[in-house]
Amino acid sequence: MELTLDSLKRILRDGAGADEAVDLDGDILDTEFDELGYDSLALLETVARITREYRIPLDDDAATSAKTPRELLALANAA
Amino acid sequence: MTAVFTGLGVVAPNGLGTEEYWKATCAGEDGIGPVERFDASGYPARTAGEVPGFDAADHLPSRLLPQTDHMTRLALVAADWAIADAGADSPEMGVVTAASGGGFEFGQRELQNLWSKGGEYVSAYQSFAWFYAVNTGQISIRNGLKGPGGVIVADQAGGLDAMAQARRQLRKGGRMMLTGGVDGAICPWGWVAQQAGGRLSTGEYLPFDTRAAGHVSAEGGAMLVMEDAAAARARGAHGYGSLAGYAATFDPKPGLGREPGLRRAIENALADARIEASTVDVVFADAAALPELDAVEADAINAVFGPGGVPVTAPKTMTGRLNAGGASLDVAAALLAMRDGVIPPTTNTEPAPRYRLDLVTTARETPVRTALVLARGHGGFNSAAVVRLDWEEH
Repeated sequence: MELTLDSLKRILRDGAGADEAVDLDGDILDTEFDELGYDSLALLETVARITREYRIPLDDDAATSAKTPRELLALANAA
Repeated sequence: MTAVFTGLGVVAPNGLGTEEYWKATCAGEDGIGPVERFDASGYPARTAGEVPGFDAADHLPSRLLPQTDHMTRLALVAADWAIADAGADSPEMGVVTAASGGGFEFGQRELQNLWSKGGEYVSAYQSFAWFYAVNTGQISIRNGLKGPGGVIVADQAGGLDAMAQARRQLRKGGRMMLTGGVDGAICPWGWVAQQAGGRLSTGEYLPFDTRAAGHVSAEGGAMLVMEDAAAARARGAHGYGSLAGYAATFDPKPGLGREPGLRRAIENALADARIEASTVDVVFADAAALPELDAVEADAINAVFGPGGVPVTAPKTMTGRLNAGGASLDVAAALLAMRDGVIPPTTNTEPAPRYRLDLVTTARETPVRTALVLARGHGGFNSAAVVRLDWEEH
């Protein structure tokens, strides 16, 4: 099952909330997670949720290597 | 160096917000009721003091909700209110909180996930959300504070010990400190731990009463901004009063027949404040509500002040005991008592004559310029703090 941007946004919101100053529904594919208000722990939680829900074996290093939603989606969908 | 309190934030079972709490407290309004945060019907203790009307989403950004225990959310809001009340903050501000165990409710949920589903189902935020230093960390991060951080774990006494540590940081040259405690463990895991401690009442919370049989557990507490008096004066800040004296002692090993440490804590706190016992206008009691511990406290107070020699009150009869949050809330109450010239009541209790205390059971209007706050922790901790309305150098 492919991880879509919409699913990623839902997982981010569920697992780590959303910064009030950021519009997640805007064009965020190439916006760095840092700018979106997500720190490394938020990404660890997100990666854990992707692994659980999609049975995609992502390791914790993936969380820190992917800087943007596009990079994380590419990693998840290539795994 | 005089440490002055310039901001208050209160989250209490009988009032969310400083003025709500204080109005209810002076009116003798109780915040204790059946446990609602979980089904406690199968436990011996079934009542608690729960903070009413608190929806974290009304006060905190959604980024913080998945990573915080209920009591941390309460602490963050109390800290926000204390900073706003002080009318100033500073990136150099430090934080010292009191804690008992950390986020029990959060921890229980994640441990249940671990055991029932597996490690991959445990939240990444478990790494700190259940940790006893979590409130200090989250408050620092939320407010961008770069000053010294710390946490004190000494059961109920910790609320006073944290303030003393904050005062030490000011003495070392710190500009402002945020201190106090907000606590709570009203969930099955926290409940079992407290039940095992053997001090929970299965009925009411009646300190200094012949019917005393333990306390009611509660959540909440207070956060306070503390700063150097000279700096506070320079910025024209409103000060509620000073932390004029503090001392902590430890009880001797049980069975030796030696006197418990509470009297020494009181005497040392008075000495630290450089005042005589007769200067004290009111004592906020620890109020353990176990006959032996009530007798120890009454004996210590009477040894220093003489039988019936000082008004004594325990407004925590309206909230229950807040673990690490309790003494901070008592200090907040003492500061407000001084502001308004009223001693808040001890409710529900019928004072037993054998304790020979002047226990204030209805709100008493009287000037209050100096208050002594007592707090004891399970295992032998005794702490005493003197707060004074005036905050010139002393």
